[in-house]
This record gives sequence, C-alpha cells and structure tokens, in this order.
Amino acid sequence: MPKYLLLKHYRGAPAAVNDVPMDQWAPEEVDAHIQYMDDFANRLRETGEFVDGQALAPDGMWVRHDGPGKAPAVDGPFAETKDLIAGWMIIDVDDRDRAVELAGELSAAPGAGGKPIHEWLEVRPLLQHHSESVE
Amino acid sequence: MSDPFDGATLRPLVPAVIGVLVRRGADFATAEDAVQEALVEAWRTFGAGSAEPPRDLKGWLVTVAWRRFLDVVRAETARQRREVAVDLEPEPGPTETADDTLRVFFLCAHPALSPTSAVALTLRAVAGLTTRQVAEAYLVPEATMAQRISRAKRTVSGESFDRPGDLATVRRVLYLVFNEGYTGDVDLAAEAIRLTRQLAALAGPDGPDPETDGLLALMLLHHARRPARRRDDGTIVPLAEQDRGLWDTALIEEGVRVLQAALARQRRGEYQLQAAIAALHADAPSAAETDWVQVVQWYDELLALTGSPVVRLNRAVAVGEADGPGAGLAALAEVDPALPRHRAAAAYLHERAGDLATAARLYAEAAELATNLPERTHLTREAARLNRAAR
Repeated sequence: MPKYLLLKHYRGAPAAVNDVPMDQWAPEEVDAHIQYMDDFANRLRETGEFVDGQALAPDGMWVRHDGPGKAPAVDGPFAETKDLIAGWMIIDVDDRDRAVELAGELSAAPGAGGKPIHEWLEVRPLLQHHSESVE
Repeated sequence: MSDPFDGATLRPLVPAVIGVLVRRGADFATAEDAVQEALVEAWRTFGAGSAEPPRDLKGWLVTVAWRRFLDVVRAETARQRREVAVDLEPEPGPTETADDTLRVFFLCAHPALSPTSAVALTLRAVAGLTTRQVAEAYLVPEATMAQRISRAKRTVSGESFDRPGDLATVRRVLYLVFNEGYTGDVDLAAEAIRLTRQLAALAGPDGPDPETDGLLALMLLHHARRPARRRDDGTIVPLAEQDRGLWDTALIEEGVRVLQAALARQRRGEYQLQAAIAALHADAPSAAETDWVQVVQWYDELLALTGSPVVRLNRAVAVGEADGPGAGLAALAEVDPALPRHRAAAAYLHERAGDLATAARLYAEAAELATNLPERTHLTREAARLNRAAR
C-alpha cells in the first residue's frame, strides 16, 4: 500500500511531445483538459486510490530564518528557478506498476489540437512513517 | 479498561454475526453494513453505562443487525416495486457455526482481491473497525477508504460463502496488517495478533494449522520486543542494542509455547521457521550470547523452503555473527545487490570487519534507498557516527 506523489511541472520537466503553452490552446481545449484532470481524480476516488491533489500558483517566494529577534528574510519571486511545480496528486496504490500506469494515464491529458500532451510527470514514492513490525 | 463496553468487547463478535446473517440468506455486503450499524447502536445504547448490556451480546447484535438488514431489503423492495426472494423470517435460534466465522475470514482475503483491498475489507468485516479507523490507520481520506471497502465487497459479492478458502491467503493478509504497526489510535499490530489468535482457534477440517500457530508465534515474539525497539524520540534501536529488560516476557513465553506445539506437528512452514529464529533471539541474554549457529541453520531451512532473496540477505548477516564478518560478506556476495536492505547489511558487516570508511559510505547510500522514515533516519545516524569517528 505504498503512496506516490505525481508531480506536474510548469518548468523543469523534459519537453512534452505535444509541447504547446496552454495560452495558445483553443478555449474548448483548455476545458477538455480540465475536465480530463477532474475525471481522472474522480475515477481514483471511486477506486479508493486517491489521497490528495492540489494545484500551485506559479509565483512564490523563498523564506529563511534571519537570526533571533529578526523577521524572516524573504526573497523572490525568481524567474530564474529551473524547477517549478504546477501541482501534485498523491495516490495510494498496490504497487509501483500501478503508480506508473496511473501516471501514464494522467500524462495523456489532452492539450493543443485535442491531442494528448504526453508530458513528463515526476513520480516519487513517499517514505512510509513506520518501519516494519517484523525486524 | 474502565468501560467494559468498548470495542474490545464487541468487535470479536463481528465475523460470527455476519456469518449468521449470511447463513440466513442475507448477501454479504448488506449483512456487513447491517452489522456495522448494529455495532453503532450497541455503543449508543450501552456505552458509557447508559444501560445494562444484555448477557447474550451476540444474540442482541444478531437481532438488531437482522432488523437493519430487513429494513434495507424492504426499502429496496418498495423502491423496485417487486417481491424479493429472500425469506424475511429468520430460522429459530442461532444457526451459525465456527465454520461461518472462518468463511468470513476467507471471503475478506479472497484471491480476487488485491492485497490492499483484502487488508481494508478484513479490518472492517473481520476486525469490526469503522471505515474512519481504517482510513486513519492507512493515512488516506475516509471517502477513499469507503470506496476501497465497498469495491472489495462488490468483488467478493458473487463468491460462494460455502466454498472453503485458503488459510495461506488469510495469513498473508494478517501478516501485512501486523507489519503496518500503528500510526493512529488503532494499534494494527495488536489487532493482527487478536485476529490471528481468533483464526488459530477456529480449527479447520484438518485440525489446528501449524502455520497459523507459527504466524501467531512470530507476531507474539516480535511484538514482545516492541517496547525496546524505539527510543522516546521514535528512532530505531537495533536488535543488538535493545534493552532486553524491556522485552515482554509473558508474550515471549506464550510465543515459544505456541511455536513448540506447532513445530511438534511436523508440518513446517515459513512462519514457523521465522518464529523459530525470533525465539532464539528472545532466548538470548545479549546479542553476543545468541546461538548464531542455530540461527543460521534455521535460515538454511527457511531458504531451502522459500528461496526468498530477503531470507538469503538475512542469512548472510547471521553468518557474519556466527563465522565472522568475512564469512558474512562472502555470503552477501551471493545476494542480489538490488534488494532494498543490501547496502545496510553490507555496511554493518564492513563495520564489523573494521573497514569504517566503506561502512560509512554504504550506510549513507543505504539511507537514500530506505523506504521509510525511521529507517532512513537510523541509517543516516549510523553514517554520521562513523564519519565523526573517522575525523
């Protein structure tokens, strides 16, 4: 019952096959894409494999502790950052094969021309919280 | 326990009550829902001392659950405007047998279910946990777990209740539950032990099954060490460093007794052999005083039986204790290096052999390959310890 994080990138992933920026799509194509993502999540809710999914705004900031008694230091936004996460989904599945199968489905979401985007999704196993009871 | 009327009183009755309903003609899925509702009603009626619980709690649950089941059937009939075939009047008196309880175990571990689904269904329909409790234990949303359970019920709904199942699949499910430990307020390891006890007590057609007893012994012997396996901050204490005074001697005694009775029946299986190894550890006053030669012998038998790469790996570590780290490393050379714990075992053996630099590097690599947080933290600390010693 491992959990996996499927990461969708704004930037930083290898180029997709159907690599057209979303603002160049037809409006209906945008709708179809959103619908596909919603349907995908709902299907995983029905199969009992959905844990969480969120989309992220592209802008953000870097924050760090700046010494005792001082306000945290804030930097950014930073157009130069190579890797930019667009959103994630966490799934709870039987095994790695199933995680790969689902990520493949998600990557087939339609884009420009109604054709699958074939975008690269990053798939990362979550570390479990416990070690096994049998040492 | 201040309140005798808690889950521990009610939940052991769940599979038997489901068995009665199915025996009277209810379908498994509806019967299971009806019994969950009866549990909630029992809790509401008798919980916190609000009313005196009946002497025959099981009979009470059967009556209430059957009434719930009939409500559902009548509603369904009215909705579909047709007669249903089920006989609405129950047979007089309880008609269930221990076999029916066993069949609920079989159905919930049915081979048509994925391991994930079998575990979820077993925890609800055999252990009597609520969907919320199962969801919390596995850190998924309640709605997700509800879907998982209802799909699992649909998957087995067409299966015959009367066909005997395979005890081995039930044991695998219980072993998975045990290994999950505990994350929320449900102690899954303790729950797995309770269910395995119940299963062991339900002798099948061939009498008590030594492998089920072997699994029970294995669980008891590992559970006995649990108080010593974690520091207060949750970090792992390796077997060699555990304070053996914290081990639960009552559980160890029981585990050894159950194991000896199982082994005497001369039908050995992998759980009995794993339990035999655990028993040798339990018996040793310290890691150094462990009978490692005998541990290796049990691993040899286990390896011959299973051919499992994980067993081969654990055997190599035991060889390192019995015949020295050089022999252990030679045994490890025969093991698939892609195994998750291969680096950690190699690191340990290299440290014992005095090659601290190699050990530190391997511990760091092992930490990157760990699949859980406590193990990763432990391996990272081991690498840090050796690196500090080298400075």
